[in-house]
Amino acid sequence: MATTTTAPTTDRATFEQPKHRARRELRIRLGLQAATLVGVVVLAVLLVRVLAVGLEFLDWGFLTSLPSRIDPSQAGVSPGLTGTLSLMLIVAIGSFPLGIGAALYLEEFAPKNRLTNLIETNIANLAGVPSVVYGLLGAGLFVGILDLGRSLLAGGLTLILLILPVIIVTSREAIKAVPNALREGGLGLGATRWQTTYKLLLPQALPGMITGAILGLSRAIGEAAPILVVGATSARFRNSSPLDLLEQFSALPINIYNYTFDPDPTFQAIAASAIIVLLGALLLMNGIAIYFRNRASKGVR
Amino acid sequence: MAALTQRAGEDNPLAPRSKRLGEKVILAVLFACGAVSVVTTVAIVLVLANETIPFFRDVSWQRFVFDTEWQPFGSDLDVVRLGIWPLITGTMHVTVIGLLVAVPIGLAAATYLSEYATPKVRGTLKPTLELLAGIPTVVLGFFALTTVTPFFRNVLGFEGIDFFNSFSGGLVVGVMLIPTVASVSEDAMTAVPNALREAGYGLGASKSRVALRVVFPAALSGIVAAIILAMSRAVGETMIVALAVGSRPTITLNPFVQNQTMTGYIAQSVGGEAARGSFQYEALFAVGSTLFLMTLALNLIAAAVVRRYRQEY
Repeated sequence: MATTTTAPTTDRATFEQPKHRARRELRIRLGLQAATLVGVVVLAVLLVRVLAVGLEFLDWGFLTSLPSRIDPSQAGVSPGLTGTLSLMLIVAIGSFPLGIGAALYLEEFAPKNRLTNLIETNIANLAGVPSVVYGLLGAGLFVGILDLGRSLLAGGLTLILLILPVIIVTSREAIKAVPNALREGGLGLGATRWQTTYKLLLPQALPGMITGAILGLSRAIGEAAPILVVGATSARFRNSSPLDLLEQFSALPINIYNYTFDPDPTFQAIAASAIIVLLGALLLMNGIAIYFRNRASKGVR
Repeated sequence: MAALTQRAGEDNPLAPRSKRLGEKVILAVLFACGAVSVVTTVAIVLVLANETIPFFRDVSWQRFVFDTEWQPFGSDLDVVRLGIWPLITGTMHVTVIGLLVAVPIGLAAATYLSEYATPKVRGTLKPTLELLAGIPTVVLGFFALTTVTPFFRNVLGFEGIDFFNSFSGGLVVGVMLIPTVASVSEDAMTAVPNALREAGYGLGASKSRVALRVVFPAALSGIVAAIILAMSRAVGETMIVALAVGSRPTITLNPFVQNQTMTGYIAQSVGGEAARGSFQYEALFAVGSTLFLMTLALNLIAAAVVRRYRQEY
């Protein structure tokens, strides 16, 4: 019969020699490994390049001087650095209570109805809105309609709205990790739901919440697009203090952006110096976040 | 916790006689915190509409959709060219190049981390990739403009590459997207139950066959969602393209010439001619609305893919 003559050789891999098979397995494995390392290698090249170019200008004077377009040795990032610190303060004050409050509501108090569902879907969608659109929101709402000017406050409020979804999501994870026995114990002893939440849940969930909040904050201070659209500039007015809420403001990412655009390679090196300062700040914040995460995982379970 | 509220109703003899006022106030405050997110969304839509509607009063939508040039500079509304297409094709350049980089590399990394890597290797590689995800995009933009473009122009001697071009921008956007693609699709692959892998091994399949022909298809919905999310992030990415791609939107297939994306236009034009009330200012929001609708559509599709095709194991 014709069917018996056609040998089942269609799928060679099924019948390949063990030697070939082992070689093919190794090839695939190495290929996957190499692909995984691409990201790591690019990160390494980026850091080496930034350090190689930027360390030259990095000294105490760099942190305390004003930006300059004339003399590279005099140039600095003081308005950007102080502006970033001010923004951090505003964003922390605004977003931590709001985010943690929203997370507590959704995890502990919200009834299962359509409104809750709407809030949850909405938070998920907000997390996907491009940051530059938040910038337009800030420009239209805070600078335009509320007439705050292109000010520190307008920039801070914009960043608060930007990172709120991140903080809500991580805070909810921290609350979810608290065992139910604590809730039942509190309610069983006759505590009200808020007393249970405040006295029992919150201390347990707090380290995890702080981790999430700091990570959200570190995302906020690295963002350039939203505050650029709101109207951040390279410098602020000479006589204003870094905490003048209604004054023109600057931030490190804006300094980096403007220095990078300079056609003179020396000023691009200054951009690299500013990048080192920014990455240093981010590294510090991530270190603090990891410290709290480790404390959280050691907590009562 | 919702069940507890219902049990504390009228017919429950153990329910407190008088509800505490403080509890109600606190509940209201917490609800207000949750409602901020809804207010934010409404505000985004209203603010975008608030400037986009006047824009389309001055400029017909046909002009916006069918004109093939974007040159919004000048004060004469009849002379300026306000066709969105060059900005959209510029965005597509960066998105396509970015995905060509991020999808193969990200999926390979996800396969390696989920199927091959020992816990120890995984424990080192994953945080390193997260570190890459934490690099501010303005820093990546610096990298694209001052390292990647000069590398192709000077080291490899590609004379035809402009100083600003969508190729370098797209490559670096792709690098930025690797962690997104890798971590979302790795989650999907780790969620595939071991019984499927064991069935594959039981039939005599090799490790790579199990990874590529069993686990990969089983995790496909999550993988597709990861790719769409990456696409949405590429469309919305601003600082890399504002620094590296340039400021001259052109309809072209050549990725080595200067171009401009929607996000790049918004970031570069806010400081300049776009004073409040001018049609340039309104044009920013018209472009912003287009961008917002595109990313929203992509995010909704990604969510729908996950909901529709998710396999519950």
